[in-house]
Amino acid sequence: MSVIEAVQETIKIPLTAEGPNPERIAYLDSLVSRARTAAAVFTQYSQEDVDRIVRAMVLAGLEQAQYLARLAVEETRLGIMEDKVIKNMVASEFVYNYVKDKRTVGIIREFPDRNLAEIAEPIGVLFSLTPITNPTSTVLFKCIVAIKTRNTVIFSPHPKAWRCCAEAVRIMYEAAIKHGAPEGVFSCLESPTLPDNVYLMKHKDIGLIDATGGPGVVKAAYSSGKPALGVGPGNTPVYLEKSADVNNAVVDIIISKTFDNGTICASEQTLVIDDEIYDAVLQKFAELGAHLCNEKETRLLERGVIDPQTGFMQPMAVGQKATDIARFIGLSVKPNTKLLVAPIQGVGREHPLSVEKLFPVLAVYRAKSVADALKVCLDVNHAGGIGHTAVIFSRNEEVIRKFGEVINVGRIIVNSPGAIGALGAVYNDLVPTFAFGCGTGGGNSTTDNVNIYHYLNIKRLARRTQNHMWFRVPNQIYFNMNAVENLGQFPSRCTIVVTNPAMEQIGHVDIVRRHICPKTHVHVLVIPDAEPEVKVIRQGVEALNFYKADQIIALGGGSVIDAAKIMKLQYESPEADLEELAAPFLDLRKRVVQYPTATEKAHRARLIAIATTSGTGSEVTPFAVLTDKERGRKVTLADYSLTPDVAIVDPQFVMSMPKGLTADTGIDCLTHALEAGVSNYASPYTDCNAMQAIQLAFKYLPIAYEKPGDEEARCMMHNAACIAAMAFSNASVGVNHALAHAFGARFGIAHGRANALMLPHVIAYNAAVPTKFMPSPYTQGYVAHKKYAAFADLLGLGGETVEQKVENLVAAIEKLLDRLEFPRSIAELGISKEEFEKAIPDLVKAAFDDPSWRSNPRMPLMTELVELLWKAYHGRSAAKSPGTTSQCVV
Amino acid sequence: MATTAAFLKIEEQHVLSALQRAGAKLENENGETVLDFSSVNRIDARALQALEEFARIADQKAIKVVVRGASIDVYKVLKLVKLAGRFSFVT
Repeated sequence: MSVIEAVQETIKIPLTAEGPNPERIAYLDSLVSRARTAAAVFTQYSQEDVDRIVRAMVLAGLEQAQYLARLAVEETRLGIMEDKVIKNMVASEFVYNYVKDKRTVGIIREFPDRNLAEIAEPIGVLFSLTPITNPTSTVLFKCIVAIKTRNTVIFSPHPKAWRCCAEAVRIMYEAAIKHGAPEGVFSCLESPTLPDNVYLMKHKDIGLIDATGGPGVVKAAYSSGKPALGVGPGNTPVYLEKSADVNNAVVDIIISKTFDNGTICASEQTLVIDDEIYDAVLQKFAELGAHLCNEKETRLLERGVIDPQTGFMQPMAVGQKATDIARFIGLSVKPNTKLLVAPIQGVGREHPLSVEKLFPVLAVYRAKSVADALKVCLDVNHAGGIGHTAVIFSRNEEVIRKFGEVINVGRIIVNSPGAIGALGAVYNDLVPTFAFGCGTGGGNSTTDNVNIYHYLNIKRLARRTQNHMWFRVPNQIYFNMNAVENLGQFPSRCTIVVTNPAMEQIGHVDIVRRHICPKTHVHVLVIPDAEPEVKVIRQGVEALNFYKADQIIALGGGSVIDAAKIMKLQYESPEADLEELAAPFLDLRKRVVQYPTATEKAHRARLIAIATTSGTGSEVTPFAVLTDKERGRKVTLADYSLTPDVAIVDPQFVMSMPKGLTADTGIDCLTHALEAGVSNYASPYTDCNAMQAIQLAFKYLPIAYEKPGDEEARCMMHNAACIAAMAFSNASVGVNHALAHAFGARFGIAHGRANALMLPHVIAYNAAVPTKFMPSPYTQGYVAHKKYAAFADLLGLGGETVEQKVENLVAAIEKLLDRLEFPRSIAELGISKEEFEKAIPDLVKAAFDDPSWRSNPRMPLMTELVELLWKAYHGRSAAKSPGTTSQCVV
Repeated sequence: MATTAAFLKIEEQHVLSALQRAGAKLENENGETVLDFSSVNRIDARALQALEEFARIADQKAIKVVVRGASIDVYKVLKLVKLAGRFSFVT
């Protein structure tokens, strides 16, 4: 459809147009009712049924291609009969070739590696408006595509192409019915009117409006409130760049611009030619049958084919031969002239020929440079051609790419004719179509060549995926008494031992020194025994750089090992921004910030961690906590690249641990194991570690506490801490840790002690029916209560039901805490009720911001966090009221 | 008031004629009529028209129509043409 017609349409098709009269409405409703019934019946058809019908329709279309082309030319007086035959054949044969093996019924595509499948659902009844420029080919195309997708169509052809379209619909319908299509699958409006179109566009049983035409039609379709595919006019710029094959380019442009007398809206409108080849190109056009207009002839042409009022093309010229146009405007040309070529100096209203011209008139522009050429092409693109089609002839890939980036169109045709190239499947592998999506710039919902997938509701069957999980720990762990002797097997030129003052004082540093590989330069870096500060890290990195260390040995508790991890990170990746690396994340594999050591940097120093407490398990974990005193905050780093390369779990370093520290770290270890055990990230790989650690802690923690010199108990608790850490390194912890972090930091309570105060209450809480389940692709159903029961069984605590076993587990933990002489309430620590109450909002906020709970089996509500905190404050026995806010799961 | 139930087996090859016959019989029925669609895998436009007519007559005579054994594909067709609401369905 031409722009001028489109403009007329815009004027003609306000959606407020007066509606059809009652008899006409009855007629229109009957068409829709029939089509709706046919569409319903069609849903029962198989792929084989559909393919059989489509094949028959295509053969009928090919058989009648010439007949329909003749009808179209006779009725519309546009275009060339021979070319319309080709169009009809492309609409049949080429479209068939594209759709014939494609599934459009049932499951149409499967993606086994993504556990996804796509299932086709027909739309139902389509209301289709077809243009005057490509009338019968558009009808053939839409009929074939509709049947392939089990839809029915009511056609409303352009009034000046009604007879040929109605005949095309009849031919398609008869072929379809003969081969089993539902009755009423196609219909064609008798004497369509504007009110008919408006009424049908809003009809409740029309599933989709498929409007091919000008902006008026498209706008009306999109304004109707119905889903619509509206595809409209263009203004195709062509860039003939100096590296192109001029002969091929000129032939292709003539083929395209004269095809059906230029009625295809993708045909070339303004040709932009590089200065270097401009004269040669025009010469070639002349040789091949084009008439080159001089300035006077160009003015004549402008006045003759462009409406001075609207600035758009004159309808009388659309689809006419070059010689007829020349005769009409009084221009003298040779009898065999194919094309009128007219130079222009720019784009816009002052250059009338720069608009869309659906007839064999081509504007040409001499470009001074590539930049000038791209600018003019962009100007043409923005003068009515946004979203449609552009063409480039070039051998310069860089220019082709730049052209593609700059020009906003759905199709960029390279080194081939625009009109036929855009139709697809002839000169390229574009999807064959007779409806060009023009994107949002053209007021359309798609830039695609419209085809079967636009006529389907595609349903996605998304099966639950079994996400990959992992179990990552240091690749070397040495344990039991004197495991430190293994240090000798790690060659090093220069080793930095990071430790704290106590380790030096009690001679542990000397033990380590003795076992380091001979001939190693050893330097000891003593840091304060507290959570590492930024300042300390900086000092450590300076030392590492100064000595160019190739090995770091961290000797100490969690703080020292954490410090060494961060020093190594900054040593290997000085550019690493710790603040950014601490950014929150939900899924390790999808985190936004990637650690540099994990992706970019080569390994520069081996980290060996020797634990001197039995609790944090930092020697095997991927976590490190840093205190930024300057900014008054803690930074928690988590990445497997932080995991030490070697862990040494030698109990000789914990034999002298004080009782209080033994109890605190031991309960931390038990909490790690219990939380990892019920975590949403728990796996068989972490479960075995968690269960082993629970068993060891229950058996040996009281002994290590009461008989600090018991070597076996110390050894087993040291192992338990490491094993529990392997579990929580991979399964994470839970809400117990989130709360303990919050109030421990606020009131200066040791981490293990804070955990102990929460532990019985959190177990009871997690064992109850959650108020809110935690979304987790890793777990099947809610199993926390059953896992607690399994731990109770493992410990031989007795109980018949899951509920009894959970109660027994809680009671056993309370008994253990009593034996370890733990305070059993926050109140016992001397914190007043008023002070605690005042702190509650901050505590809840801090706990909720803490990433620890994200793997908790139960999604904690803020009100529940408040309740848990108060329970810990008062220390009411959790064993007697396991339900917390709801009853226990059984 | 006593009610009687008529049971009509509909064969796939003769859906249209079976429904037309059933429609004619409705004149003498009361209570409930069961249409057994368990042998019907596909239904066409004419059968749908006959079914609609059947529903109309049944409505007039206040006869409850139960469709038994309709396949899910046939049931979907009845939903799409908005006929499903006029019948009761049993599987």
